[in-house]
Amino acid sequence: MKITDINSRVNPQFQEKHQRSIYKSLEDKHTTIEDVDIDDPLNAKMILNMGPQHPATHGVLRLVLQLRGETIEKTKLDIGYLHRGVEKIAENKTYQEFMPYTDRMDYLSPYSNNVALCTAVEKIAQVEVPERAHYIRMIGCELARISSHLLWLGTMVMDAGAISFFIWTFREREKIYDIMDQIAGHRFTVSHSRIGGVANDLTSDASAIIKEFVTQFPKELKDWHGLLDRNRIFIDRNENVGVLQTEDALNSGATGPVLRAAGFAVDQRIISPYARYDKVDFEVPTRLEGDNLARYFVRMEEMKESIKIIRQCLDKIPKGPIRSNNAKHAYPSKDEVYYSMEGMIHDFMMTDTGICPPAGAECYHAVESPKGELGYYIQSDGTGHPWRLKINSPSFRNLQVLENILDGEMVADTVVVIGGVDPVMGEADK
Amino acid sequence: MGIESALGEGYLTTRLDKLVNWGRANAAWPMPMGLACCAIEMMAFAGPKYDAARFGSEVMRFSPRQSDVMIVAGWATYKMSHAIRRIWDQMPDPKWCIAMGACASTGGMHRCYGVVQGVDNFLPVDAYISGCPPRPDAVIHALMKIQDKIKTEHSVLLDT
Amino acid sequence: MSLELNDTLQTLVDGLSENFSDKLIEVYQSSGDTFVRVEANSILEISKYLKEKQHFVYLCDVFGIDRYTSEERFEVVYNLLNLRTQTRVFIKVRLKEENPTIASVTDIWKCSNWYEREVYDMFGVRFENHPDLRRIFMPEDFEYFPLRKEFPLLGIPGSIELPNTTPDTE
Repeated sequence: MKITDINSRVNPQFQEKHQRSIYKSLEDKHTTIEDVDIDDPLNAKMILNMGPQHPATHGVLRLVLQLRGETIEKTKLDIGYLHRGVEKIAENKTYQEFMPYTDRMDYLSPYSNNVALCTAVEKIAQVEVPERAHYIRMIGCELARISSHLLWLGTMVMDAGAISFFIWTFREREKIYDIMDQIAGHRFTVSHSRIGGVANDLTSDASAIIKEFVTQFPKELKDWHGLLDRNRIFIDRNENVGVLQTEDALNSGATGPVLRAAGFAVDQRIISPYARYDKVDFEVPTRLEGDNLARYFVRMEEMKESIKIIRQCLDKIPKGPIRSNNAKHAYPSKDEVYYSMEGMIHDFMMTDTGICPPAGAECYHAVESPKGELGYYIQSDGTGHPWRLKINSPSFRNLQVLENILDGEMVADTVVVIGGVDPVMGEADK
Repeated sequence: MGIESALGEGYLTTRLDKLVNWGRANAAWPMPMGLACCAIEMMAFAGPKYDAARFGSEVMRFSPRQSDVMIVAGWATYKMSHAIRRIWDQMPDPKWCIAMGACASTGGMHRCYGVVQGVDNFLPVDAYISGCPPRPDAVIHALMKIQDKIKTEHSVLLDT
Repeated sequence: MSLELNDTLQTLVDGLSENFSDKLIEVYQSSGDTFVRVEANSILEISKYLKEKQHFVYLCDVFGIDRYTSEERFEVVYNLLNLRTQTRVFIKVRLKEENPTIASVTDIWKCSNWYEREVYDMFGVRFENHPDLRRIFMPEDFEYFPLRKEFPLLGIPGSIELPNTTPDTE
């Protein structure tokens, strides 16, 4: 029994045209199905909807799986359940007003998104950023990377069955939240980066708490390595699961740790260094196998490298201003705003009109967020609002890879593979 | 009956109400509709530092048939709203709803074509939490308010 | 206007002007990035040339821009990265407002599948020979194209429906 004419058997309750088009595309993509049984006595072929509300899909992701018994024959992904139209909102806001929206995109590592927007606007408007701000941004970005990878570890291992990991990694994440509280005043959707620098300086309390974290975190990491690296259950669940072949990796659009686990050392911090990444020493971990276990190892090693980078930043950070002085490019400090006339007028102008890059200018700048290459393309029309702001989000690209690597796996592997690819739906759906 | 006439009208049913309400309030299992960034704060609310289990929300039941309180965390888009309503309909009575965060309460900072401006457009909400995202302490506060609401219900009294 | 091109970009521009001189419209730089504008009907052959001869094997993104001018309203931009020399280039094509169509490059770079679906969903640009041209963010029932400049930010009331709040028993 071939699965044809799915549409006559389904009865969608809402968004009828949308559901029918997904089921139709499931029919069209397959050209040959091996007819092993004449009739299907076990009813082994079915379409399983792993719907938008599911404990293991990270956020609202819908997978429509065509199954034969336990094996997946093909999948179709349905995204857009979190689509807000952030790019359209951007066309009506100034660049600085748009900062909180970037936080809510990849909400696991908000600092990287802020820095991405800031660096893109600084490139198009040619804004100078002082040295100290660069180092503070680097510390924030690497802490965000550790925080994002901690959540990935907790949820991936929890989905594979070991629930205590979730509690352990969340304990470490609470420590990072405390650090962010000290630096920026908010636990996790900080909008600490400002165009032209950062919002406020690192206090001595903040530096002390960062140093303490950096000293005690590697020990935790070592414990988790000892628990998972040679754990037979973990390896059996992850080895050779969701393999992304090296020759397919570039063509299928993978980015970030997914691409690095398939053998390509593509890292935006090396390709186009921003924020003094060329002055610190770090390695880019890569693996060749391309399976879920390789992604696990790549991310664990990235956490170790992040600690290394933070240590070097804390040593190298110079004293100095934290925001550009140019009134047309950056907000004045609160002292100036409260106690001088020019400061108040500049603050008003920056809030009202904002930075105006030259008319017709376009630029693209990418940063290495924990999920991959996060790029902002800005086209300006001379006013304070961008004409077009396109966000090149890594989770969107990695989800496309998911459609290909799930063919031939078991249903139970879906959960682990989604965990390994680590999508964030707020970013994928923009 | 003898006891009723001795102790007063409605004494038994109000005592029964109180017992039932005590049971329901202290075991309100949440159904996390974690959509976006507020879901991460909801995970922290269930995490080790702000423990939700000590308030009776022992497990986050992802199955609607086994839960009492639905916490909508994050912005609801028009596309997702049908799924959320369906899950709400699948929850058995008595059920309560918490709209967590600015986006679930009123659409928040997302005033645009894709986002429903508040889940109360299609769900009956009992508690609204403001914040973007609200601290886990605020979620605990809302849970306690729902517990207070449960304790003032009169399910048995009104039946008799 | 003088361009500061590094070696890869210089070989690219030379190669393009040699082999596709009638299709190449302009090359310009803005804020340090290089943009090459070509004719819309030549995108397939130029993409193939770029991938095979100039080693731009990594397609990072395809997106659209609504210029809101009376002719050649839409622009589709391809973001390519050469991994050997770590150079980035942007290829732009302009399309007219009436029924904008362009050939799909899914045969050349498989990842452009979803990117082109996003351009179709947001702008209405159709891609010929695309294996699966459906909307990706908005549901299929939605009739408008949100990122066009005339679509209001708050949406059109009634264009997308909310669920029924008085359910019948199931």
